Amino acid sequence: MDSILLITVILTAVVLVVGAYVVAKLVGPRSYNPVKGQPFECGIPTRGSSWIPVHVGYYLFAILFLMFDIETLFLYPWAVVVKQFGVMALASVGFFMLVLVFGLAYAWRKGALEWK
Amino acid sequence: MFDFSNITSWLHNLLSVTCGLGDFWTILIECILVGVCILAGYAILAIILIFMERKVCAWFQCRLGPMRVGPWGIFQVFADVLKMLIKEIFSVDGADKVLYYIAPFLVIIASVGTFSFLPWNNGAQVLDFNVGLFLMSAISSIGIVGIFMAGWGSNNKYSVVSAMRGAVQLISYEMSLALCLITAVVLTGTMKVSGIVDAQTGAFGWLIFKGHIPAIIAFLVFLVAGNAEANRGPFDLAEAESELTAGYHTEYSGMGFGFYYLAEYLNLFVVSGIAATVFLGGWAPFNIGVAGVDSVLDMIPGIVWFLGKTFGIVFLLMWVRWTFPRLRVDQILKLEWKYLMPLCLINLILMTVVVAFGWHF
Repeated sequence: MDSILLITVILTAVVLVVGAYVVAKLVGPRSYNPVKGQPFECGIPTRGSSWIPVHVGYYLFAILFLMFDIETLFLYPWAVVVKQFGVMALASVGFFMLVLVFGLAYAWRKGALEWK
Repeated sequence: MFDFSNITSWLHNLLSVTCGLGDFWTILIECILVGVCILAGYAILAIILIFMERKVCAWFQCRLGPMRVGPWGIFQVFADVLKMLIKEIFSVDGADKVLYYIAPFLVIIASVGTFSFLPWNNGAQVLDFNVGLFLMSAISSIGIVGIFMAGWGSNNKYSVVSAMRGAVQLISYEMSLALCLITAVVLTGTMKVSGIVDAQTGAFGWLIFKGHIPAIIAFLVFLVAGNAEANRGPFDLAEAESELTAGYHTEYSGMGFGFYYLAEYLNLFVVSGIAATVFLGGWAPFNIGVAGVDSVLDMIPGIVWFLGKTFGIVFLLMWVRWTFPRLRVDQILKLEWKYLMPLCLINLILMTVVVAFGWHF
């Protein structure tokens, strides 16, 4: 039943978007002129392509994110059983955290967290 | 406490036994009802939140806010929705059409998906998985992809910058959010949302009382990270209207823009709702262990407790939004990676110590 409900929720969201688009298409006006299709650039024509290389800093943070997001992925199942395992859970996650904090400290020291 | 599952099981019996419908038709009708309820709640809350935001913002700036359409301007939002619906939908030349049109779907799916995890009352919850919180954060990260696709697909330089900023900000703050939720899961021992609320009933049972110092730190960090995740307040870099016109939704007209607007406000509600559920007990009433007072507080329905807590946090986040100036992108990343992340990791260890040695209430 739960998986059916999840599908229902996703379908509801899709129906909301499609429904609103269809209504808007039906009742909205339609007209065309070449200026209307231009990308907005505060009143002047856009020069060159919009898909330009961007600052490399974004990628550094994305790579760091991959590392730490997988870490949180491993922590979720661990968090459920902390109450059963008590001090044992603390010891095991302590080592795990040590490695991670070492990684974060390394990135920090190397200047990966600076925005240049 | 009133149990909403009485109503759902009565409805199930009515459809399957009294009306004699087969399994397929029963489930189909129930699913349609669920969908209608979600859409109705979604629309009503969006209208309430947009009106509330305008009034709160106006009062913080010593203005009156919308006053013309209806008494105290309560029909202003309806007028705006109508206006959005009857505007023409057109796309920009040279846009990546596939990304451009799929993006609103992803944003709305993430928003509706997380919205249906909220526990409104005892038994009144659409999705209740045993991996609840985990699945919820998984669904919420679909929205990041939507925002990135919208910005990248728009063929607009402002939008591309906005997409990059939005992506780096949202993925960064997602980690603090997840670590705060894990801190709560350590104490409750379950990821099921109804289980988390059940663990918080009883005298001073809310997590911020039970888990004292680590839980309060987690709650505060969750509010900051949640505010960033909802793309609001001092963290609205992705749609910084004074630098990037409207950011990733610059090139969306009419209802296309409306979806992002809708999702933004509902995400605010969802973040507040999760904070209220995980740390302030959801629909669980505030009990102090004195039988007379508790029975009076228990008489207040759960949905009133839930909405009261949630709208309290919504007001707090609106207060923050209209008080602080917008941060720069380097400040945002510094705040997350150098302050909140290490704080969350230390806090998680602290909570584990508290739970392992039984120092909680």
